[in-house]
Amino acid sequence: MAATLLMKKMRSGAETARTMLGFHLWRRGLKTAMRQQEVLPDLPYDYNALEPVISAEIMRLHHQKHHQAYVTGFNKAMEQLNSTSDPQTIVALQSAINFNGGGHVNHAIFWQNLAPPKEGGGEPPEGNLASAIESEFGSLDKLIAKMSTTGAGVQGSGWVWLGLIKDMKRLTVETTANQDPLASKGLIPLLGIDVWEHAYYLQYKNVRPDYLKNVWKVVNWRDVAKRYDSA
Amino acid sequence: MAATATCTNSLFYGLRLPPLSGSRSSPKRRAAWRPQQVVLPVAKFELRTPPYALDALEPHMSKQTLEFHWGKHHRAYIDNLNKQIDGTDLERKNLEELVKFSYNNGNPQACFNNAGQAWNHDFFWSSIYPGGGGKPDGEVLELIERDFGSFEEFTKEFKAAGVSQFGSGWVWLILKDAKLSILKTSNALNPLIWGYIPLTVVDVWEHAYYLDFQNRRPDYLNTFLDKLISWEAVAGRLARAKAFVNLGEPTIPEK
Repeated sequence: MAATLLMKKMRSGAETARTMLGFHLWRRGLKTAMRQQEVLPDLPYDYNALEPVISAEIMRLHHQKHHQAYVTGFNKAMEQLNSTSDPQTIVALQSAINFNGGGHVNHAIFWQNLAPPKEGGGEPPEGNLASAIESEFGSLDKLIAKMSTTGAGVQGSGWVWLGLIKDMKRLTVETTANQDPLASKGLIPLLGIDVWEHAYYLQYKNVRPDYLKNVWKVVNWRDVAKRYDSA
Repeated sequence: MAATATCTNSLFYGLRLPPLSGSRSSPKRRAAWRPQQVVLPVAKFELRTPPYALDALEPHMSKQTLEFHWGKHHRAYIDNLNKQIDGTDLERKNLEELVKFSYNNGNPQACFNNAGQAWNHDFFWSSIYPGGGGKPDGEVLELIERDFGSFEEFTKEFKAAGVSQFGSGWVWLILKDAKLSILKTSNALNPLIWGYIPLTVVDVWEHAYYLDFQNRRPDYLNTFLDKLISWEAVAGRLARAKAFVNLGEPTIPEK
């Protein structure tokens, strides 16, 4: 009996080495996981690049304050999540994670979906996306009209999307409330237009339809097409 | 609430039967019979002005904000509500009835959004006042201290609710089960639909504060509590609520 115990206690040299290595790798992994925080992505253009459609003041606030707040909030909520194992706390953190995480995901897509006119903003799409739009909606103008009307009808805060039903490779116009990502409806986001009031209020005030009429001048259809092709 | 009656004529056939042939009716009389026209009152909601001038809340809430928030947003809710209920039975309800009815127990009818927002904004303008803010006194303070522990605890909880209302909505101080509590609602929802009694509210839709505070909702909430909230309005609403709610043990006077 004692001999068996002694045998169990005595490890082979290799085994010890593996255990020690495993321990160190595990510890480094934990550090990596803890270090991995979301970061505010840079805008691919200057704050004033989308003038006069979207003012520099709005772009600056929208990016440096609103999007940054989502990033900060998400990191904080994730930190709290990683430091607890209490189910009640974990569940209570979900709304903060969903809201801030969704806000981060949505805005990261949004900045790429826009571009100044001199970099292709407003230029109609070509290729596969163009034919898909025509077959699904009839024409680009009809899609734009549909998205604008749908976006104007969103009650409260939210987004209007051009999304992709993956298995049928079909385009669809959809809305999400608050910062729910489009993935929550099982769709792939191709183009999102932010219709939260902070996206347009300083410039367009209560006239959301005017914002929706003008935003198409800076939509970067090349980015939308890239997302469509790689989906 | 904020409703003026305008009369329209409607034909009401109902039980008005033409006279039977007999001794009392002559052919001339029968021929002259016409169904009676009855006048039914219907309500068109009107935008009521706030109980102060649009620049009276400066510098805490700018005239520009009032001009857009009251003059455009609130006005649009009223105008669109009138269009939606025009010619329907809903025209005969007052605003509070309409809100509760159109909420339809969680499956809201088309006009709920406009009705709820029309009511909410009316309530909001009456909940703030020039020279407002600060600490209440009397029974309001007593109840706050009873149900929140302290006034500081109340303000902390109120602001926390305001910043954690993700998206558009409202933060209310309500009377629920004879106790004060804080309720946050999204978009157009309000405490009436659940049978609670609202005492005050702050609008946390972005249009309420964006021109003055941009993204700084916490600063807006501080300003609301420090400079705007009308505790007199709260006291008045509490007094009216006491007609329906027993807030404590009744004191039976001796002799």
